[in-house]
Amino acid sequence: MCCWPSLFLSNSRPILSCCPCPFMAALWTLSLVLSGCLFACLALNPPQLYDLPPSLGSNGSRSGLSVDRPMVLRVFSVDYHHVQAPFEIVLWIMLASLAKLGFHWSGRVPAVVPESCVLIMVGLLVGGVIYGVRHSAPPTLSADAFFLFLLPPIVLDAGYFLPGRLFFENLGTILWYALLGTLWNVLGIGLSLYGVCLLAPSSLGDISLLHCLLFGSLIAAVDPVAVLSVFQEMQVNEQLHILVFGESLLNDAVTVVLYKLFESFLRLPSVTGLDVLLGGCRVVLVGLGGLFVGLFFGLLAALTSRFASRAQVIAPLFVFLYSYLSYLTSEMLHLSGITAIVTCAVTMKQYVEANVSERSNASIQYFLKMWSSVSETLIFIFLGVSTIQDIHMWSWPFVCSTLLLCLVWRATGVLLLTAVVNKLRRNTVTFRDQFIIAYGGLRGAICFSLVFLIDDFPKKRLFITTTIVVILFTVFVQGMTIKPLVELLDVKRKKRALPTVSEEIHSRLIDHLLAGIEDVVGYWGQHYWKDKFEQFNKKYLRRFLIGEERQARSSILRVYQELKRREQRGDEEAPPAVDPRPTSRPLLPEEMESIRHILSRNLQHFNNKQTPAYSRHTLHQDVTTDRTRKPLQRHLSLGERRRYNTITHWPQGENGEFSETHRGRAGLSRSHTVCSISPRRTLSDSSASTQTQPVDPKRAEEDQVSPQQQSPAERALKKQLSFILENENQQ
Amino acid sequence: MGSSSSNLNTIPNSQELMQETGFSAAHLLRLYERFEFLDKDNKGHLRPEDFEAVQELSTNPIGDIIIGSFFSPGQETVDFPSFVRILAHFRPAEKNRTRDGAQPEPANSSTGKLKFAFQLYDRDRDGKISREELLQVLRAMLEMQVTEEQLESMAERAIQEADLDEDDAISFDEFKKSLEKVNIDHKMSIHFMK
Repeated sequence: MCCWPSLFLSNSRPILSCCPCPFMAALWTLSLVLSGCLFACLALNPPQLYDLPPSLGSNGSRSGLSVDRPMVLRVFSVDYHHVQAPFEIVLWIMLASLAKLGFHWSGRVPAVVPESCVLIMVGLLVGGVIYGVRHSAPPTLSADAFFLFLLPPIVLDAGYFLPGRLFFENLGTILWYALLGTLWNVLGIGLSLYGVCLLAPSSLGDISLLHCLLFGSLIAAVDPVAVLSVFQEMQVNEQLHILVFGESLLNDAVTVVLYKLFESFLRLPSVTGLDVLLGGCRVVLVGLGGLFVGLFFGLLAALTSRFASRAQVIAPLFVFLYSYLSYLTSEMLHLSGITAIVTCAVTMKQYVEANVSERSNASIQYFLKMWSSVSETLIFIFLGVSTIQDIHMWSWPFVCSTLLLCLVWRATGVLLLTAVVNKLRRNTVTFRDQFIIAYGGLRGAICFSLVFLIDDFPKKRLFITTTIVVILFTVFVQGMTIKPLVELLDVKRKKRALPTVSEEIHSRLIDHLLAGIEDVVGYWGQHYWKDKFEQFNKKYLRRFLIGEERQARSSILRVYQELKRREQRGDEEAPPAVDPRPTSRPLLPEEMESIRHILSRNLQHFNNKQTPAYSRHTLHQDVTTDRTRKPLQRHLSLGERRRYNTITHWPQGENGEFSETHRGRAGLSRSHTVCSISPRRTLSDSSASTQTQPVDPKRAEEDQVSPQQQSPAERALKKQLSFILENENQQ
Repeated sequence: MGSSSSNLNTIPNSQELMQETGFSAAHLLRLYERFEFLDKDNKGHLRPEDFEAVQELSTNPIGDIIIGSFFSPGQETVDFPSFVRILAHFRPAEKNRTRDGAQPEPANSSTGKLKFAFQLYDRDRDGKISREELLQVLRAMLEMQVTEEQLESMAERAIQEADLDEDDAISFDEFKKSLEKVNIDHKMSIHFMK
C-alpha cells in the first residue's frame, strides 16, 4: 500500500511518519480476535434479522425453554443466548470501529482511499468469512432498522453542521440542482433503463416501466461523504463545497420521496393520469409538510433549551429527542422525515448554542458525530457483507448500462443546469466545479438500503446486485480517482491561457468592487431577505427563545464573534512556501506562479468566507481546554491574521516568537501546512462561534482594546469594532 | 427600510434621472428607499460615515476606495442623483444599442464600466495609473499577505505588461486592452438592476 504512484499524492504534503509497528500489530491482532469471536458466534447460531433495539422477539423462543436440569450445581457456565443480540451488535460495531482505527493509523492510505472504501472492504472480508463458514445468507438489514435507526443520525449530523449562512446564500442554486437535477436523473435513468429492458426482452422482459422508474429513483441518491473528505486536499472553495453538500442533503430527501411515490404507484392496480397528478401534489405536500414539522419541533427545542440552564447535564438530550421526534412524527404522517430533521436541526442550532453551556455544546457535537459515524459504518459493513452471498443475479446489459447511464445522466444534468444557473449568479460555477459535482456523484448508504426495501418481485435480486455494483464502482473507482483527475484538469487549464498579472489584479479589483457595490445597494435578492429575517430574529425570536441572562452576554459575544468572523475573512493562510528573496526586475516563473496563487486565493477567501469541508468522520479538535486564553492570544498576535483553527495545533509558546517579519509568517505557513494535511482538520462555523461563550464581557473588551497598539490594519479593526458596538447600542 | 413613499413624485427630477440612467421607475424607487435607509439622519445627502455603516463594506479590502468613488473629488456629500448615476454603471448593458457616435457613451456600457474601474485606481484623475497608485490599490487588496517587495514586483510586472507606450503608467486604453479577455459586462453587472 505504500507504493502508490506519485500522481495520487500532492507534493505539498509532507510524509506522515509511519505508524509505530507495535500499535499496528496490536490493533490488527485485536481485530482478528474480535472477528474470530464474531464468526464463532455466527457459526454457532443460525442467522436472523437484526433490529437494533436489543429486544428481539425471535430470541425469546430460544432462551429459557430448554429445560436443562443439572444434576450438580454448576460453578461455571456459558449462556450465550441470553446476551446474543446485543453482544453481536456490539461486536459488529467494535469491529467496524477498530477497522477505522487501523485505517487511520496506516500511513498514507487515508489520503488516497476514502474511508467508505475501507469500511466496505472490511465488510467484504467479514462477509466472506461468514459465507465460508456457513454457506448461507448473512444477516441483512431490515427496513425499520435502516429508516428508523440508521438513517436519522446521519441526516441529523449533516443538518446540524450545515453552514447556515452560506447555505441560504446559495439556496437557489442548491434547490435548482437538488430538485431539478434529481428529477432529471431519476426520469432519465428510469426511462433509459426501460429502453434497455425493451431491447433485451429475453432476459429483462418482465421489468416494467414503474420498476425501472423505482430503480432510477433509488440509484439517483448521491452520497458525497467520500468526495467531501477529498475536498480537504483539493483546493475547493466554499461555494463548491456548499453546493455539493447542500445538494446531497436535499437530494436524499427528494429521492426518498420519489421512491415512496413510485412504490405506492406499484401497489396500485393501475396508474392513471390522475394518479400522476395526485402524485405530484403529494410530493409537494410531503416536502412542505416535512419543513413545517421540522420548524415546529426546532422552535420547541429552542424554547426548551432556554429553560435548561438548571439541568445542563440533560440539555443535549433535548436536541436529540426533539430532532428524532420530528423525524418520527413526519414518518408517521408520511411526510418527508429527512426534510423535517434537517429543518429542525438548522432551526434550533443558533438558539440552542446560545442557551446551553459550552460543555453541553461539545457533547452535542461529539455525540452527533459519533452516532452518524457508527450508523454509516454499520451500513457500509452490511453492504460489504451482503455482497458475498448466493442470491445475486447478474445481467451484463442491465448492470453495464446502469453504470453508464448514471454517469451520463448526471454529467448532462449538471452541464445543462449549470448553463442556466450561471446566467443568474455572479460567481459562476466553473467547469472544474461542474466536473467535480458530476464526477463526485458517489452512491452510498441510501441506495443500498432502499433497494432492499422493494417489495419482492422476480427481478429484485438483479436490482440488488446492480445497486451493489454501482456503489462499489462509484466509491472505489470514482472516489479514488477524483482527486488525481481534478489535479490533471487544473494542470491542463493552467497550460492553456495564463492570465496576465495585470488581468488578474484588475479582475480581483473588479470582484471586490462588485461585492462592495452589492453591499451598498443592499442586493435585494439576498441581503434584503436576510436583513429582514435578521431583524425579525432579533426582535422576536431571540428574545423569546434565548434565556434572559444569556441575551445580554450574547450581544457582546456576538460582537466578538462578528469580529472574529471578520478577521477570519480578512485572514489569509500565508502563501505556501513563498520565498522571501528580494526580487529583481524580471520575475521568475515560480514567483509568477505564487503571485497568481496569492491573487486567486485572496479572492477565494474574500468572496467565500472560509469554512472547512464537512466530514462525517471528524470533528475539529477545537473543543479543548484553554479556550479562554485563546482569544487573548489571537489579538496579541502581532498584527498577524491567522486562521482560527490553526491555533489549536500550536503550543502557547509559539505566539511570542512570531514577529512581524514575513519570514516568520513563511515559517508559520509551513507549520500550518504540516498540521493541515490530515483529513481530520474540520471545523464547522458553529463550533467556531461556540468557542467564545465562556469569555466574559470584560475580557472580550480587553481583547478588543488590545489590538489598538498594533499596525494600521488592526486599527482598522478597532474602527470597525467601535462602529459595531455603536450599532449594537443603538438597537 | 424607513417610511417609504410609494410615489415617484417625491423624488426630484425622477423623469430626467430615469432618462439619463435607464433605470425603471420601480428600481429608482427602490434605490431611493435604500438611499433614505443609508441616510440615517435624514439629511438628504450621504456622507462617508453613512457608507461606512454598511457592515460588509467595512470588511471589503477596498471598501474605502469604493466609498471614495461615490464622492466627486473635493465633495463631501453625495446627493441622490449622483448616487443613482454612480450605480447606473452597474446595470447590465443593453444588447442592441445602436452604435451612434454622436450619443455619449452610456454609463453601463463596457467602456463606461471600465472607466469607473479605472477611476478607482486613478485617484488624482490625471488619466493615467501611476505606479504609486497601482501600489496603493494592491496594498489595500492584499494587505498582510505579501511582502513589500512582492507588491512592488507585482506592480512592476503589471505595468510592464500593460504599458505599451513606455511612459511608466497605464493609460485608459492600455487598461482596456489588458482586460480585453474578460467579459466586463457580465462581471461588472448587478443583474437584477435591469
